[in-house]
Amino acid sequence: MGAGHAHRLYRHGHSRVHALPPHTKLAAVFAFVVVVVSTPREAMWAFGLYAVLLACVAHAARVPAGFLLRRLLIEVPFVAFAVLMPFVAEGEQVTFLGLELSVNGLWGAWNVLAKGTLGVAASVLLAATTELRELLLGLQRLKLPPLLVQIASFMIRYGDVITDEMRRMRIARESRGFEARGVRHWGVLSKSAGALFIRSYERGERVHLAMVSRGYAGSMPVIDEVTADRAQWSYALALPCAALVVCLLGWTL
Amino acid sequence: MHVPDGFIDAPVSAATGLVAAGAIAVSLRGARRELDERTAPLAGLVAAFIFAVQMLNFPVAAGTSGHLLGGALAAILVGPCTGVLCVSVVLLMQGILFADGGLTALGVNITDMAITTTVVAYAVFRGLVKILPRTRRSITAASFTAALLSVPAAALVFTLLYALGGTTDVSIGKVATAMIGVHVLIGVGEAAITALTVGAVIAVRPDLVYGARGLEQRLKLRVNGELVDATPELEPVRASHRKVWITGLVASLLLAGFVSFYASSNPDGLEKVAADQGIDRAAKEHASADSPLADYGVRDVEDARLSGGLAGVIGVGVTVVAGTGVFWAVRRRRSTSQAA
Repeated sequence: MGAGHAHRLYRHGHSRVHALPPHTKLAAVFAFVVVVVSTPREAMWAFGLYAVLLACVAHAARVPAGFLLRRLLIEVPFVAFAVLMPFVAEGEQVTFLGLELSVNGLWGAWNVLAKGTLGVAASVLLAATTELRELLLGLQRLKLPPLLVQIASFMIRYGDVITDEMRRMRIARESRGFEARGVRHWGVLSKSAGALFIRSYERGERVHLAMVSRGYAGSMPVIDEVTADRAQWSYALALPCAALVVCLLGWTL
Repeated sequence: MHVPDGFIDAPVSAATGLVAAGAIAVSLRGARRELDERTAPLAGLVAAFIFAVQMLNFPVAAGTSGHLLGGALAAILVGPCTGVLCVSVVLLMQGILFADGGLTALGVNITDMAITTTVVAYAVFRGLVKILPRTRRSITAASFTAALLSVPAAALVFTLLYALGGTTDVSIGKVATAMIGVHVLIGVGEAAITALTVGAVIAVRPDLVYGARGLEQRLKLRVNGELVDATPELEPVRASHRKVWITGLVASLLLAGFVSFYASSNPDGLEKVAADQGIDRAAKEHASADSPLADYGVRDVEDARLSGGLAGVIGVGVTVVAGTGVFWAVRRRRSTSQAA
């Protein structure tokens, strides 16, 4: 289990963004998203500037645009929702191409689309430049309760194992001629889910015993303590600071 | 149902963030009680299970399929605290790693999908198990009802959060009908699959199902032709509730003092006010966190919102004092009557 632990969203590289300590990146992304969310939606140019800022980060991290855009597809369900908004919202109406659209709805759709997309893009960049283990260490450095970090790390470590187990059960079902077509087959799928739960739980007990036999006493030792110096902090926080300037301009102009 | 960034405004996001943090803190303690020192590996594996089972697609009719949300299932299988914790961790990882659900909307997502579903499901489940006869069939029936109610409850909470801090003015009625209508349907599927899954686990390992803990028969020995318990019942150790109590008090004070005035400001001005307040909110919080008296210092300010928040804080204080007094008096009387 030593190799192949990098998640699919991670993109290996040696840029300055990759080398930043994880907690500075987490703090920067979070601050950036907060700033973006608190920008007035009427300042359309501000969101353009935010996108340019993210593009600069992507360039510095050597993440290609295609990779970033493909990952943005995750928010497609919300795009569908946002497209509906001008039709259902109330208030002043405008006619565009023969369609009755609500002005407020249009603003709302724009608001959700712009802020949502920027948020997703920021998270994608974070995930693309930070390894899982580093991410968890960063969360711990940011004073998330250690127990929560441990739970998260177990979930990440065994997520693939459990998913694979589920895949094997699916293959076993299919190789016996089973095909889930409707409500009548829920029973079989639920039994699989139940079996998956028992397997996960029992694996958890085995993992715990294995840990205890190796000296686990409730907390995980931190062997690679990461610290950030002032230069690294200022490099990471350049993004939210620039965004803050844009946001303040958006409020005053 | 993952809420993206910018969908709910900043103050409500911050308030739900506080609620989520409080609930997670309580659950961390509760999970240690439910799982003792095995908490980390077991809760982690159960979270991985929830994560995997959310990917399991259930065909509904030709071409369409749905997937499990898992809040009710987690609450019944591993207990409410571990359930909240597992679903929250799944949401946290989905937000940070898979960009599914906004980072600023994490509080909204956790309040809605982790806390509401698990707490509602477990409360309904416990209530039904108390009423129904102690059989496996009634556990399955109780899980069906619990899951059935938990999903529309989450939709209801979402509508409520949207009414407080939604950034678009789609009328609340429309949102409520759309959300609750769709989620009643989803709830039926969730209920059927949760009940079948719980039934499948009970059939194999009934000892693993947290919700069915009271079900097993105690070992009896026949001594001189009489049935007696094999092991004497141990008195459960009473845990201290002080930290839970303090967390709840702080949360209700914050809600009463800060959040109440967003709810009371008039709806069309809500958004502007909220964004205005979004920035200086943090500063205010710090000032009051440093000294509780700071709140009282602004009493002279003739501001409707401030006085509203102040009234909320005082109201919570009076309620807590009165409630504690009654509780204390009742307990004293009970203990003296027992002694006598």
